[in-house]
Amino acid sequence: MNKILKISASALAMTLAANGALAEGKLSIYHWFEYIPQELLDKFAAEYDVEVTMDTFDSNESMLASLKAGKLGTYDVSVPGDYMVEIMGSEGMLDTFKPSELSNFGNIMPQWVDVGFDNGRHSSIPYQWGTTSFSVNRDNYKGDINTTDIIFNPPAELRGKINVLDSQGELLALASLHLDIPQCTTNREQLKALNALVQEAKPYWASFSSDAAKDVLVSGDASVGMIWSGFSAKAREEGANVEYAFPKQGYVVWMDNVVLLKDAPNRDNALKFMNFLLEPENAAAVTNYAQYTSGVTGTEPFLSDAVKNSPESNPPATPVGSFVEACSQDVQKVYDTIWTNLKK
Amino acid sequence: MAGGMVKSENTNTSTYAGLGGWLILPTWLVIGFFLLLPVGIMLIYSFLTKEFRGGVIWDFTFAAYDQFFFDRGLFGDDPAKIEWTYIKIFWRSIWQAGIATIFCLIIGFPTAWFIATRTGSNRSIWLFLITIPYWVNLLIRTISMKFLIRDTGPLNEWLMSMGVISEPIHMINTNFAVQLGLFYSYLPFMVLPIYASVERYNFALSEAAADLYASRLTTLRQIILPTVKPGIIAGCILVFVPSLGAFLAPDLLGGAKTFMIGSLIEEQFKGNAGNWPFGAAVSMILLSLVLIVLTYYARQQSKAEQG
Repeated sequence: MNKILKISASALAMTLAANGALAEGKLSIYHWFEYIPQELLDKFAAEYDVEVTMDTFDSNESMLASLKAGKLGTYDVSVPGDYMVEIMGSEGMLDTFKPSELSNFGNIMPQWVDVGFDNGRHSSIPYQWGTTSFSVNRDNYKGDINTTDIIFNPPAELRGKINVLDSQGELLALASLHLDIPQCTTNREQLKALNALVQEAKPYWASFSSDAAKDVLVSGDASVGMIWSGFSAKAREEGANVEYAFPKQGYVVWMDNVVLLKDAPNRDNALKFMNFLLEPENAAAVTNYAQYTSGVTGTEPFLSDAVKNSPESNPPATPVGSFVEACSQDVQKVYDTIWTNLKK
Repeated sequence: MAGGMVKSENTNTSTYAGLGGWLILPTWLVIGFFLLLPVGIMLIYSFLTKEFRGGVIWDFTFAAYDQFFFDRGLFGDDPAKIEWTYIKIFWRSIWQAGIATIFCLIIGFPTAWFIATRTGSNRSIWLFLITIPYWVNLLIRTISMKFLIRDTGPLNEWLMSMGVISEPIHMINTNFAVQLGLFYSYLPFMVLPIYASVERYNFALSEAAADLYASRLTTLRQIILPTVKPGIIAGCILVFVPSLGAFLAPDLLGGAKTFMIGSLIEEQFKGNAGNWPFGAAVSMILLSLVLIVLTYYARQQSKAEQG
């Protein structure tokens, strides 16, 4: 009995000591899936003697829901898209920092400092930006692909072979571009037209999936896939003969940002991590992995040639892309009804 | 012997006299904490006001149930009509779950019968084989199924190389794929309860029936089925109820094109909608439906036992 007591007491002491030693060196990240190379996390862990843990999410909305359901206060940093930074800011879910707290703050490209969703960058730093449109398998279709008709009014040979992202915001934004109506419009006729458009296009779509958006193109399950630019580049690298479209009606541009979460348990390490990601070499490592574009200056020497010259990352001068807008509550309610109608 | 029994019963009563209520306490704690409390929270949330982008406001309202039953048009200001959207989603889920249950029964009953009629050690091996796939996570098994049945997958390629078909059979993203996924996911829940009742079946009864000139079919209908009925019903419930709320199979194998009850609820919490009260309300309606079916079954059972 005595022996057992002794052993458990020493085990307890060891656990406490271990926790004590690690408590200062922890960082908890809430990130997108497949979006940061493990080597970079290891590098940060080694350089700053920090134990890094990461959970992943597959949409801005599911991240918001999980943080709202009580996870806020357990993570230090997260990586929301542009409009979601604005939403999280207005919900009071972000902490702020001073530019002087990040020695690499000056590495942020000037055009990405005063952004609409976080003017002056008080809660966020740029992570990567890219575009959302769609890719077409060139073995199966030779015609012009730079039109949103490919998704919403496809030629006969592509019907029933289309995967669209299971993401309300991006799909309805692309549909709005197709109809040439403003995003989050309050005009009833335009909203009715938006509803009708996706209803009519649905029979042409084989599936709704975001996390398999790349796989369906690689496996050949789909000939057309609505997709993010970097994911399309990866599909191409994995052997799919796909071409990424920059439709003349427009396409979606987005920027993901590392934000400092409110009640971050390890605020100091979070800032160290954000500063670390603003080093050109590290920003380039993310770009080389994810195949998007960083918002940091001086990354060129570290970029692989494949990424530098990738057609997906070099949009034409025109047309320009548009950011997804966060709709007002009234319009969002109509969007939700349209989405439920679409999937009923 | 009889005296001994009485004596031991007496000891029991005196030892635990007056403690009955307390002894059942752990059960109540478990049921209360893991069942009543979560369901209670859900019930309360279903009557709260939704907050924009997830969360709730503590104002009580019937808005969530109203949304389920009444259609007020795209902009919410048309005169109220009956809302068929969600009823259709429920009906589709019930239909899919029902088909999966029937297929599980058709395959599961002979399988259970086969296993129960093996000799001792063989029986354990067969049971073991049934459970092995379930050591692997459901998500992985569902994704594997997707790989197997896709147009360029091994199943189609094998059939084509055998010359059975010339064009791949399109299975992925169809209702068939969803039913296949549900069938595969829940088959053991049908086999194991039926096995348990077949195992207790006294095969002398079959012999007796044969001696009395009953045909095999009559034996099955009049003797075997009534005896193993509890196992069949338990199996059907165990397959039907989780199939009803499944969302992995519809999402991964069905292409997420149409909502099932499970994915509809998930969307309320994880999607843009962020309508927690509505998600809670749909869950409560589903729970009530299942409870009605189970209560009906329980009453039938007790009637049958009395009658």
